[in-house]
Amino acid sequence: MAETINEVKFSDAAMAEIQRYISHYPEGRQKSALLPILHIAQAEFGGWVSPEVMDKVAEILNIKPIEVYEVATFYTMFNLKPVGKHVLEVCRTGPCCLRGADQMIDMIKQKLNIEEGETTADGMFTLKPVECLASCGSGPMLQVRELYYENIDSEEKLDQFLEMMRNKEHETPTWAK
Amino acid sequence: MGIKILTEHINVPGIETLEVYRKHGGYKSVEKALKTMSPDEVVEEVKTSGLRGRGGAGFPTGMKWSFLAKPEGVPRYLVCNADESEPGTFKDRWFMEKNPHALVEGMITSSYALGANTSYIYIRGELLFVLRILEKAIAEAYAAGLLGKNILGSGYDLDLHVAPGGGAYICGEETALLESLEGKRGNPRNKPPFPAVKGLYASPTVVNNVETIASVPWIVNNTGAEYAKVGIGRSTGTKLISASGNINNPGVFEIELGVPVEEFIYSDQYCGGVWKGKQLKAVVPGGSSVPILPANLILKTAAGEDRLMTYESLSDGGFVSGSMLGSGAFIVFDEDQCIVRNTWNYARFYHHESCGQCSPCREGTGWMEKVLHRIEYGHGHQQDIDLLVSVAKQIEGNTICPLGDAAAWPVASAVRHFRDEFEWHIKHPKEATAPGAVYRGQLAEITA
Repeated sequence: MAETINEVKFSDAAMAEIQRYISHYPEGRQKSALLPILHIAQAEFGGWVSPEVMDKVAEILNIKPIEVYEVATFYTMFNLKPVGKHVLEVCRTGPCCLRGADQMIDMIKQKLNIEEGETTADGMFTLKPVECLASCGSGPMLQVRELYYENIDSEEKLDQFLEMMRNKEHETPTWAK
Repeated sequence: MGIKILTEHINVPGIETLEVYRKHGGYKSVEKALKTMSPDEVVEEVKTSGLRGRGGAGFPTGMKWSFLAKPEGVPRYLVCNADESEPGTFKDRWFMEKNPHALVEGMITSSYALGANTSYIYIRGELLFVLRILEKAIAEAYAAGLLGKNILGSGYDLDLHVAPGGGAYICGEETALLESLEGKRGNPRNKPPFPAVKGLYASPTVVNNVETIASVPWIVNNTGAEYAKVGIGRSTGTKLISASGNINNPGVFEIELGVPVEEFIYSDQYCGGVWKGKQLKAVVPGGSSVPILPANLILKTAAGEDRLMTYESLSDGGFVSGSMLGSGAFIVFDEDQCIVRNTWNYARFYHHESCGQCSPCREGTGWMEKVLHRIEYGHGHQQDIDLLVSVAKQIEGNTICPLGDAAAWPVASAVRHFRDEFEWHIKHPKEATAPGAVYRGQLAEITA
């Protein structure tokens, strides 16, 4: 059992960031750092959290694995299955739709030939419609990892965006720099 | 444009750095409060100011603070609610991104007033890029002796941390937020006990919105009495309004409470009018959970008075003909927007975001989404309209937290004010589902 868990190894930078978050909470309240750690884990391990990764997180926090599972399954930002290189988190909520988000989502489906929740055959994009991202004045918009891409209000801008993403590597998280 | 309490320096280049922020009077309230005022005196100023919670509920902040229990030897916490997730609302994100030190300053001064030695800013997980900006500002404040031990030699200690959420609207509800901050699912707690008695780690806790906390430094610097002079009646001070939808100038505007709604929509200082020269159809004035109003009722009350941007005026007429200021998320609909589709969209949102704890909300939001979906897609039945009203009624008031009400109100109000549009969808499914089709029968009546 211990050997299986040991296969998941956070980088030194990630472990330092994890320890920094744990230090923000009172003695014995280390579980409070669970959400920040899940974000770090997702950035470390390809954009999703596997059961093995969650078990490792439980071990680090000295809590039961179920306490990690129940949280990871509650919050929509944590992907529980493998995803493409770029997860397109497109806002589908009312205010963005007033400015054309529905049409943008349809165009993405057509252009990438995928449905919601699917990944392109080349593993480049996953389409994941999400609820309001607090960018209602600059919709239609979407998020990829930590960055917002706003005012994508024409087919031309969408094409430019997709082309840019195809050639883009992920930003290194601040803590790993 | 009126007085700027929150945004006077927001466009100054470099304002996100401690150096520039201090050059423009930043952290004066920390100096004044910690060195010349007792915590209770700060609370009194906030009470006098009439400041009300800017997250949506509008509860008087000073009163909320005065409810905080102070048992001996038990830590107290201040938690900033930066989980801004109400559809239509983006003011807090904009404010923190541009002027992070203003929130940090508010957190220090407010924590001092409440006797908290550890405080947290809980920010929605999608805003990790804003979390980085805040953490940078906090690090600068520590280095300058504005956080940590013995702040400015006053003997007061404060640690301030930022904690991210994970993508859950419900965590904007204060007890769900506290659960989440403790590393759990965001299930709201039963009240009582209220957070003021048992909050974070079962200790007395105050949870305040970003804008609320950011208003405190001005009140401390200028007195609560001066703050109370701004605005109208019980709507004191200024409010950040997130303006979105079919307008020419979407964005965040700081307004003095009391600006007429008509001026807010049509003036170039604010929304700049409905885009593309189109007619105004409806407005949701306070975020997706408040009632939608048709154009005639948003511009004037049922009694024919000009509607103002205040807590009282926007709710004039109750839910029969009024709405709410809420979080100040002003969503504008032009004549080409379909109310049925929008109501379905909101219903889907609330169904998606229900935590599932209370049956009326968990089941009811699903039913509303399903029924609205079939009306929108041409499969509605005549009795569906009354079914929607009935489901909404059975959710309202029957849940632990206000998400149930927030889900019920947009549906109930859309049916109340746009019933003929729902009927048209049901009676004429072919026309209604044609691409770009919109019901226009009401426009003449709405604008009359």
